[in-house]
Amino acid sequence: MIDFTFTEEQELFRKAAREFAESKIAPKVSEMEETAKVVDEVVKALGEAEMMALTIPEEYGGLGLGYVARLIALEEISRVSVATAMMLQIFALGTEPIIRFGNQEQKQKYLPGLAKGERLATIAVTEPTGGSDPKGCRTSYKKDDDSYILNGRKCFITNSHIADTITVFAVDEENPEAFSTFVVEKGTDGFKPTHEEHKVGMRGCNTGELVFKKCRIPAENLLGEEGKGLRIAMSAIGDVGRGGMVGCALGLHTACLEASVKFANERILYGKPISKLQTIQNKLADMKIDLEAGRLLGFRAASMQDKGERASNEFAVAKYFTTEAAQRAAKTAVDIHGGYGCMEEYPVTRYLRDSAVLGPSAGTSDIMKVIIARWVLS
Amino acid sequence: MLKIVVCVKAVPDPKQERKIRINPVTKTLIRGDIPLVLNPLDKNAMEAALQLKEQLDAQIVVLSMGPPSAGNIVKECLALGADQGFLLSDLAFSGADAYATAYTLAKGIEKIGSYHVIFCGMASSDSSTEWVGPEIGAFLKIPIVTRVKEIIETEGEWWKVKASLDNGFRVVQVKIPAVLTVTRELNNPRTLSFSGIIEARKREITHWGINELCVSDDSVGLKGSPTIVSNMASIELKREVEIITGTREEKAEQLIQKLVEAGVI
Ligand SMILES: Cc1cc2nc3c(=O)[nH]c(=O)nc-3n(C[C@H](O)[C@H](O)[C@H](O)COP(=O)(O)OP(=O)(O)OC[C@H]3O[C@@H](n4cnc5c(N)ncnc54)[C@H](O)[C@@H]3O)c2cc1C
Repeated sequence: MIDFTFTEEQELFRKAAREFAESKIAPKVSEMEETAKVVDEVVKALGEAEMMALTIPEEYGGLGLGYVARLIALEEISRVSVATAMMLQIFALGTEPIIRFGNQEQKQKYLPGLAKGERLATIAVTEPTGGSDPKGCRTSYKKDDDSYILNGRKCFITNSHIADTITVFAVDEENPEAFSTFVVEKGTDGFKPTHEEHKVGMRGCNTGELVFKKCRIPAENLLGEEGKGLRIAMSAIGDVGRGGMVGCALGLHTACLEASVKFANERILYGKPISKLQTIQNKLADMKIDLEAGRLLGFRAASMQDKGERASNEFAVAKYFTTEAAQRAAKTAVDIHGGYGCMEEYPVTRYLRDSAVLGPSAGTSDIMKVIIARWVLS
Repeated sequence: MLKIVVCVKAVPDPKQERKIRINPVTKTLIRGDIPLVLNPLDKNAMEAALQLKEQLDAQIVVLSMGPPSAGNIVKECLALGADQGFLLSDLAFSGADAYATAYTLAKGIEKIGSYHVIFCGMASSDSSTEWVGPEIGAFLKIPIVTRVKEIIETEGEWWKVKASLDNGFRVVQVKIPAVLTVTRELNNPRTLSFSGIIEARKREITHWGINELCVSDDSVGLKGSPTIVSNMASIELKREVEIITGTREEKAEQLIQKLVEAGVI
């Protein structure tokens, strides 16, 4: 028998995450929207609430709770602030390659600080020459005695300006078929975050460009084996990256539905709430159907991952479905609000803008279909 | 070591109050699918206990009477930092009024054994009698202070607390063991933490029924309840709209007049 119920403990995790999001993050949303900057208190609060520790093993100071718990937390945080959930999702994505492929010294050095939120992580794969095709990467590395020298430029990197520990994907200067990943620390000579993007949504989550100019890093910062970088980066993006976007999408979707129900119950037309109109009910039902389906897909994949099974294909399906569904939900939520849906006093305008940013990160919907088709045809 | 008992109640989520209906025949609440949550003021009671535990050598015991599903709120208290949890659950306990509830809880506390202070929320969000705390004190024959909003001194056996009155407050010295019922002003309850939830894995909840408490079935539940709710009705909230006309000055003048009449300013 398949058990679709959350355990009592998982329900408590949800409660903890909801209480946290509503008490610590919600009050900061308007500041994030106004300034479009990372709010320090939000990052600090995430650390204090042990949100960066969720998937880090206990022996390195984490909670070792796994991916269902992480999905629950992301869902609850995104329901209040997609920007915050996105930032958090990438902290985990930046950390995961160290958990999976780091050696003892690297794990000891980085993970405890990352678990406490004293260090912040990100992953830098995408370049101006294309994110969908990581093999088109131009950021290069060259071995030089006991160090590597990095040169190149990364773009659209979440947490670009706040991260202390960056997993960087690069190509061998002499062999365009060989890729490796390195841990680069903030403050390393020759490494600099440069341009900061102004995104249409997820304001308060920092996205920007990283430049490496003769950036020399010690050889011990190579992550995993030299030449195996593609597997290292993709393995984390495949489940932790996509799974994180699923959490962001589900939380946003929930927020869209809640705002729509509230508005539909309050808005009186023809002498009764518009929730009595069949057309509106139809829209609400559509949103609910998508949300239920998306949650089943997302939590199925996350629980497979917790069992130690590969779930990147299942996450591709879930990522495609939930991010597309959240975009539909945001549009529907705005529609239900009528003219109010265009006014910034109503959160649905933010939801619409945030939903537009869900697609590309961790692979576009087209790329998800490429992956899913490959799975079907294999 | 200071032994603190916190009495907590599982109530239908007040955020979903809108969904609660009243059965017109039995005059009981129809809870439907509204989840049970920790009574909001009991969070303040828990927080008071947790703060004392941070200052003193103390042990926190959480006690609840309710259906088996109330186990989740006891678990929540363990996750917040309570050391032991007890759930009094038995079909015979159902339908209890404040008196029978307090009696059952008092029996539970007696069975737990030693205690120095018992915290209760001032009232529950679904019944709001404010009686259970005081009645526990009466059954245990110990002093009670209701509506505590500040704990001033906890040294020795005479504690000093500040309690709310309708138009002010009173400072009370009370000899422990005592029952203190607490208000929202007392503290700002902490939120659950993930590591607290993990910690709570180690702590089991003890379930006691009518046999373990050694009470007769006519002293508990509906049979042991000397009060019954004879009527209940939901309050309908209506908004009245009045449009004020005139020049801007006249409108402002009239608005001020209305607000004064309504006692708002
Ligand atoms: C908010 C945000 C945060 C991000 N954070 C990070 C981060 O932290 N780290 C990081 O490395 N990257 C990050 N990215 C980058 C993201 O991974 C890329 O944007 C994404 O992979 C797409 O790459 P691209 O933008 O270069 O688009 P392109 O790859 O240029 O794609 C352009 C279009 O072509 C389509 N396309 C491409 N290939 C195919 C194909 N084979 N079949 C069909 N259609 C195709 C795409 O779907 C898209 O419609 C982030 C992006 C955003 C928006």
